Amino acid sequence: MKILVAVKRVVDYAVKVRVRPDRTAVDTGSVKMSMNPFCEIAVEEALRLREAGAASEVVAATVGPAQAADTLRTALAMGAARAVHVLHDPDPARPLLPLAVPQILRALALQESPGLLILGKQAIDDDCNQTGQMLAALLNWPQGTFASKVPSMLPEEEIHSHITWDAVQQHKEPFMPTDLRLNQPRYATLPNIMKAKSKVIKKVTPADLDVDVRSDMEVLRVDEPPKRKAGVILSSVDELLDKLKNEARVL
Amino acid sequence: MMNPTNSRTNDKCHCCLFGEPSPSHRTWRNPLLNITIVAKTKVSTLVVAEHEGGLVKPSSLSALVAAEAIAKENKVSLLLGGSGPALHKAAEHAAASHPLVNEFREGEEKLARQETDLHLLSLALQVLVADSDVFAHPLAEPWAELLRSVQQKGGYSHVIASSTSFGKNLLPRAAALLDVSPVTDVTAISEPRVFVRPIYAGNALCTVRYTGESPCMMSIRSTSFSPATESMSETKVAPITQVDLSFLSEASSRKSSWVNLTSQDTERPDLANARVVVTGGRGLKSAENFKLLEQLAEKLGAAVGATRAAVDAGYVPNELQVGQTGKIVAPELYIAFGVSGAIQHLAGMRDSKYIVAVNKDADAPIFQVADYGIVGDLFQVLEELLEKIPDKK
Repeated sequence: MKILVAVKRVVDYAVKVRVRPDRTAVDTGSVKMSMNPFCEIAVEEALRLREAGAASEVVAATVGPAQAADTLRTALAMGAARAVHVLHDPDPARPLLPLAVPQILRALALQESPGLLILGKQAIDDDCNQTGQMLAALLNWPQGTFASKVPSMLPEEEIHSHITWDAVQQHKEPFMPTDLRLNQPRYATLPNIMKAKSKVIKKVTPADLDVDVRSDMEVLRVDEPPKRKAGVILSSVDELLDKLKNEARVL
Repeated sequence: MMNPTNSRTNDKCHCCLFGEPSPSHRTWRNPLLNITIVAKTKVSTLVVAEHEGGLVKPSSLSALVAAEAIAKENKVSLLLGGSGPALHKAAEHAAASHPLVNEFREGEEKLARQETDLHLLSLALQVLVADSDVFAHPLAEPWAELLRSVQQKGGYSHVIASSTSFGKNLLPRAAALLDVSPVTDVTAISEPRVFVRPIYAGNALCTVRYTGESPCMMSIRSTSFSPATESMSETKVAPITQVDLSFLSEASSRKSSWVNLTSQDTERPDLANARVVVTGGRGLKSAENFKLLEQLAEKLGAAVGATRAAVDAGYVPNELQVGQTGKIVAPELYIAFGVSGAIQHLAGMRDSKYIVAVNKDADAPIFQVADYGIVGDLFQVLEELLEKIPDKK
């Protein structure tokens, strides 16, 4: 079976983002970009399934501008066999929100016919937590969201979600957004990074896939969250209890 | 009903399925955009509610608060699914009928909560009940089919669920079936189709306008829509209607099945709704030391939370994790012991009313958001707090 993994290029998780002065978007101009952490876990899980003999090939895909090819190279350096890059340059006022992405991924899935799709559970930039669920619906596949444990993929097998309900038995092509608890992603070694340079990245456009990219969402403004006023450092527990009782009145 | 091959033209009314903006709609000018917006005066909302122990969950009551924020003249329907007596008890609770009121009269706090519940529940015009074993567990596949069917019959302008694990699992799937884009984690509603939602782990707030077809589907952050306690002016009983389940096919209910559930049984209040939360980070050093936090929580009637580092180190189970990838909390008081304050953690608690931080590193980022900080050894502070806080009566 083939596994298709969707990855996204986002602002690196360690970057403290700033809102642009014109309040139209978050400043992504000159900040470090990386693969979305949840996507890294998805790639790692796919590679482990391949290493366990449950999959024959891992294909990485992304939707995004030309620079998103770097993210695909990262997936290839980790061990994916090849990649598909769906070129799309979003307009900041109408960012590419879930709906277009699952439609594109659905078209890719129909071309590639993977036995399993793995996605991260959310991108750390738009925090939507939607693409996987929507993709499963469009393909009419079952979904196992927020997975934290995936035994080797065989029919009738269990996928554990970390949330307060657990273990969904899958019958057919399952598809799972992954959670942070699934695994520890590997680092790409230098030889693998070199090898990745010769792996194939196929470039297509949404039009090639017959997907009309539409956005049902218009960004009116992006604001800084309200600042909390600076607090005070206290010197004793007594002082703290006094403040909580008499100033904050929460005890 | 929904036309799957939506032709999206500008002369289409944005808020309903009529081809032309209909005369019953009022228009106003939006000063921000300088364009005229056509809005439908008729808003009708479907709230997908969760229930537990025969009661509608507080997070779903928050979804009702959000429904009220969309429009005062909102025709709200509440959808409940499941099977057996618990479902019917919850349906009666949702319909805000009297028998339940008399059943719980004990203690003032409970009563206050009940009155709030009933006030909110009285917003609901009708309660829709989907009674089938298929809905006994939160499996997205049959639930999404249910939501699609109910929406196609009811033609609601809005569909709301709370962004609990259930809501996040279900809503996007149902939205894709209806060919609309959902909006995640709404924290404020300024117009029927204009919302604020946090992005980048809460480091920016994005105001979006939904310009797609009906229904506008959203999950709301329950801590941003807390029910105001107010006394009941009237008790009205909403009619309870059984949903026609003939749409359920063998195929959709066989896609996945429920195997088992392992959950933490705890006496303490639920993390997402607790008034006080005490959280431990890596600084607690062991699962053993988390017991001290539990003792403090016991005294304060608080819920216990943890950082991702504490969860990864195996000190506590992961359902206690507070942060971008865990639970979002906004209690009145949040006390963090040995928590450095990583961006991902702050995203889960920055809206708390009062934040107290105890950490031996004076430069820890948590102190930038804390109202009260103590720089020192957390074990000493914990011990002293345990000594000085009287037992909860």
